[in-house]
Amino acid sequence: MLWLTLFFLVPMGFLGYQSLQSGLFPHFHFTWEWSNYSHVLRSNHDGGYRDQYLRSFLYAGIATLACLVLAYPLAYWIAFRAGPWRNLFLLFIIAPFFVTYLVRTLAWLNILADQGPVVRILRDIHVLGPNGRLLATTFAVIAGITYNFFPFMALPLYVSLEQIDPRLLEAAGDLYGSSTQAFLRVTVPLSAPGIVAGTLLTFIPAAGDFINAALLGTPNQAMIGNVIQSRFLESLDYPTAASLSFILMATILIILLVYAWIVGTEKLTG
Amino acid sequence: MNRRMTRDELLRRGAIGLGAISVPGLLAACGGGGGGGGGSASSSQKLNKVLEFANWPYYIDTPMTLKAAGINKPTTLKQFEQKTGIKVNYYEEINSNPEYFAKVQGRLSKGEGIGRDIIVSTDNDRFLGDYISNHWAQKLDKSLIPNIKNLIPAQQHPPFDPNRDYSLPWASGMDGIGWNEKQTDPVTSVKQLFEDPKLKGRVGVWNSMGDTLGLVILENGDDPANVTDAVFNRAIARVQKAVDSGQIRKFYGNEYAAVLEKGDLAASMAWSGDIANLGDPKIHWNVPTQGGIIWTDNMLIPLGGSVPTASTYMNFMYDPMISAQWAVGANYISSVKDVKSDAVKLDPKAGSNDLTFPTDKTLSQMHQNDPKMLTNPDYNTKWLAVQGQ
Repeated sequence: MLWLTLFFLVPMGFLGYQSLQSGLFPHFHFTWEWSNYSHVLRSNHDGGYRDQYLRSFLYAGIATLACLVLAYPLAYWIAFRAGPWRNLFLLFIIAPFFVTYLVRTLAWLNILADQGPVVRILRDIHVLGPNGRLLATTFAVIAGITYNFFPFMALPLYVSLEQIDPRLLEAAGDLYGSSTQAFLRVTVPLSAPGIVAGTLLTFIPAAGDFINAALLGTPNQAMIGNVIQSRFLESLDYPTAASLSFILMATILIILLVYAWIVGTEKLTG
Repeated sequence: MNRRMTRDELLRRGAIGLGAISVPGLLAACGGGGGGGGGSASSSQKLNKVLEFANWPYYIDTPMTLKAAGINKPTTLKQFEQKTGIKVNYYEEINSNPEYFAKVQGRLSKGEGIGRDIIVSTDNDRFLGDYISNHWAQKLDKSLIPNIKNLIPAQQHPPFDPNRDYSLPWASGMDGIGWNEKQTDPVTSVKQLFEDPKLKGRVGVWNSMGDTLGLVILENGDDPANVTDAVFNRAIARVQKAVDSGQIRKFYGNEYAAVLEKGDLAASMAWSGDIANLGDPKIHWNVPTQGGIIWTDNMLIPLGGSVPTASTYMNFMYDPMISAQWAVGANYISSVKDVKSDAVKLDPKAGSNDLTFPTDKTLSQMHQNDPKMLTNPDYNTKWLAVQGQ
């Protein structure tokens, strides 16, 4: 409790206090400046950042789904089929984490480069047009987020899949369930805590991410994290940055509550 | 802009036409090496053994660029180390003014040092003025910089530091357009950069407002030295259009040069000396048909930096012979008097290098930005918005 107060509530209170200030750096005054909030929520034509908010949640949502679709078969395979090699494969999932986030993302700059091998092959097989590219596109940003948060999805999935007793699947077979039915009726429900944990661990940080949009995107892919970063660090406009952060946090909280309400709270706690 | 201007005239127009409160004669007193400057009392007088120097890439003479110029001398950094025994840790870590400001403002705003004795910031952005007005820069120890007498008059009273108490020019340079001949035909105007469909998604511009908008304002036929709301809005609308159409790939700092060389960018707004220092024959640079912008980078001593050590280095760089070698090797414009005659002694071809010693014709195409534009908070917000931020 002390921990929570010290490292969450106190900074939160400070952020909230700052978000209601007005003035120019370094002379901010607390004036109950609620307009900081209404201002940033306006449309982009009107000086607000609505596009970046919507984009953040859209990208984070797509990336979370992509992570789930990619990680589930992998985690399933490791849990049920990898046998003695399990730990090795788990290590492979975590291995990229030994490299800094930033460096991993920078590596994609080279992999996806217009003159790089990937784009050249895709152009040769006409997946991309002769002037097509991957870098500086929406695809690159979402792919970058998917890649960077993949382990946050794969590991909780693995943990919950690994706990499933294989005899339950045999039992499903004995009861004339097809393997598809067994998967849908037994495996998926039993791995639900992993799915819920994985989606939350992926979606929440992905919505606030700014590295991928900054390095792999164009201004048309800018996310709310990019706005917060430049407001805080370049403009030294702390009140706007604080209110942007608060809105981001509140929206994530609302999404989370709706999600919990849909899937049922018992899944959240495992 | 048909009137011909000398470099001094041009730079002076910038410094004085901007409403600076100039105090002539103050600097003249510093030549004797007395107690000039006056602000060094608080700093320790001890020289450090190491100088921590943060600068931009492609911005100093290197063994490669010296060899290309046929100069058989150690680099100026080496010579400084040999002469003073002070080792220089030279960090090419400044990629753009806003990015570097973002990186160091946290510590500076708490009054803490950033582990650097000298940093370099451009007068073509609001941040240089911010460092000084926020008291994040320390006063130079002019008693250690007798060579300050060699500073060209045009640079003695800039608006952000009228008496040169906090800053000294590192170099001046020009904003223009660079293009990769493997990727595109010559790109000679901002119009072409922003509208040629063949360049779609392969055009770079800077994340620095003064540099990018200066060139766009010129393309619009407006005067960058006198930026009204209408002029500013016209320019930002033009950038916005190029962003929306997907023409502009990204807003870059100095890393545009590497991306241009790699070929992901076919053409980009580019700084004059960078392309020469890149040493890649397929990359070209030219002044846009509607004109270019000239700016000056300035050395500052951030909080926590050693004033005597930094001042000693600045004095060294204001030796005309050293500055001449630097100018030839770095392909940028020196602010030290009479550098050209020394440069020609080092490299007979140096006199005709348009990047180091721009001809009158080139200078007649150069303009300076209205400093009121750079410091306008509303403009800065709009500038970030066009970058999606």
